[in-house]
Amino acid sequence: MLENLFVGTTDWLRSLLGGIGFLPTEIAESIVLVVKLVAVLVFILVNALWLVYMERKVAAFMQARIGPNRVGPWGLLQTTADIGKLISKEIIIPKKADKVVFLLAPVLIFMPPLMVFAVLPIGKNMAALDLNIGVFYLLAIASLSTLFFFMGGWASNNKYSLLGAMRTVAQMVSYELPLVLSLLGVIMIVGSLNLSDIIAAQEHTWLIFTQPIAFLIFFIAAVAETNRCPFDLVEGESEIINGPYTEYGGMGFAMFFLAEYANIMVVCAMATIMFLGGWHAPFGLTFIPSWVWFFIKMYVLIFIVMQFRWTYPRIRVDQLMGFGWKVLVPLSLANIFVTGIGMYIYRAIGW
Amino acid sequence: METSIYAVVAFYGLAATILGAATMVVFMRNIVHSVLFLAVTFVAMAGLFLSLDADFIAAVQVLVYAGAVCIMIVLGIMVIQRTNMNETNLFNKQILAGAGLTALTVAFGAIFAGRTAWVEMVAADAVPANTVEAIGELLLSKYVIPFEVAALLLLVALVGAIVLARDEEVETNADN
Repeated sequence: MLENLFVGTTDWLRSLLGGIGFLPTEIAESIVLVVKLVAVLVFILVNALWLVYMERKVAAFMQARIGPNRVGPWGLLQTTADIGKLISKEIIIPKKADKVVFLLAPVLIFMPPLMVFAVLPIGKNMAALDLNIGVFYLLAIASLSTLFFFMGGWASNNKYSLLGAMRTVAQMVSYELPLVLSLLGVIMIVGSLNLSDIIAAQEHTWLIFTQPIAFLIFFIAAVAETNRCPFDLVEGESEIINGPYTEYGGMGFAMFFLAEYANIMVVCAMATIMFLGGWHAPFGLTFIPSWVWFFIKMYVLIFIVMQFRWTYPRIRVDQLMGFGWKVLVPLSLANIFVTGIGMYIYRAIGW
Repeated sequence: METSIYAVVAFYGLAATILGAATMVVFMRNIVHSVLFLAVTFVAMAGLFLSLDADFIAAVQVLVYAGAVCIMIVLGIMVIQRTNMNETNLFNKQILAGAGLTALTVAFGAIFAGRTAWVEMVAADAVPANTVEAIGELLLSKYVIPFEVAALLLLVALVGAIVLARDEEVETNADN
């Protein structure tokens, strides 16, 4: 019952629409699709709100504080109150800003995470859309968000915003390379770009055990791609105020802020699918529904990302570039090489 | 070829977007706006590929060109040093040369469009659902030499970048 909660809901909706009768199949299918996408959007927003609260709690406990505890039970409604405050604020547009681009950036910034989540298989038979080239699609869409960060930073017409925007581009271009190269090892072993196939291939052995180095490279590069500490040079408060978001207030800022958490969810979900077996239950604990397993794994990774932020200091720009180009890229190339040789040896042995 | 009403609407919508955005790339006076419209053109092109069931090419289009657009903007801002960004993509006075070049391009386009046997090129059998496998096999059999040469070139460029980055470190350490 619980296992098929979402699949069952979709089937019920489909049969309901089919029961109406006069609707053509295309329109009924597109209504189902719209419902799925709206569900994904609501899911991302609710999770982003929760993650803001979770981050504040994690930070508080790591620093021996209590954290938000006034609004609602255990301060659970703190982010809701924050968003309410941000929505009610005036939208301030700097006089010399490029108005259209300035306003477009926070609107578009939410598009890549939404488009990515539409194809993620979050449980058995549970991808809103099952694409044959899933991995490729994920990388293509995820790379779009650089452009929107840059649009916001450039359109603000502010030195600090522009510096932050330049850093975004430099950082994302340098770290996209190890991110993609580390996934190559996974694709070589699985032999498919389809996310469902990649998960199916990990039924017995999670790929983190066969590709441990790739996982580390992917995770580090992913943290850098989402501009999280220790790679949060893009919005380094002590250097460039708040990077691309400096001139944004109210809901514009909130959109960037929520998009950051949505992006963390995206990369952690990707790491779960690629390396942690997706929705497969470990130790045969299949009585827990597959989508619950998926979210447990994703949240463990998110928890680790949050702990990074309160453990490590921010690294310098040249250290960031040096680390990306001199350590991660050669390491991921070596990983591909070793994986290729290893696959041939395994085949020769006859595994 | 699909001729349902949705496919037709999608084609004309995408075609109008591509042409409109491409025109704006030329006519925008601010170089950054031009490049942003270029991004719209590229994404709409990807949509056109999708409507032809070429999902792999569509993803490549977005992946390659979205990154390229960002780099282009950065270069545009770094290379062009004008205080007023609204004067960064201006027209020049080379009307004759421009007209000649445009006429030549249009003429060649027309010639090649006329020479192509469109009817024969539209395959009678359906488009395969999975294009990636077919592309992969073609790349590693019929087009293996160009593919490997390009791969080698990119790898050399990558290794070269790493070597350059390391070299700098050695020199700064030597100064110390």
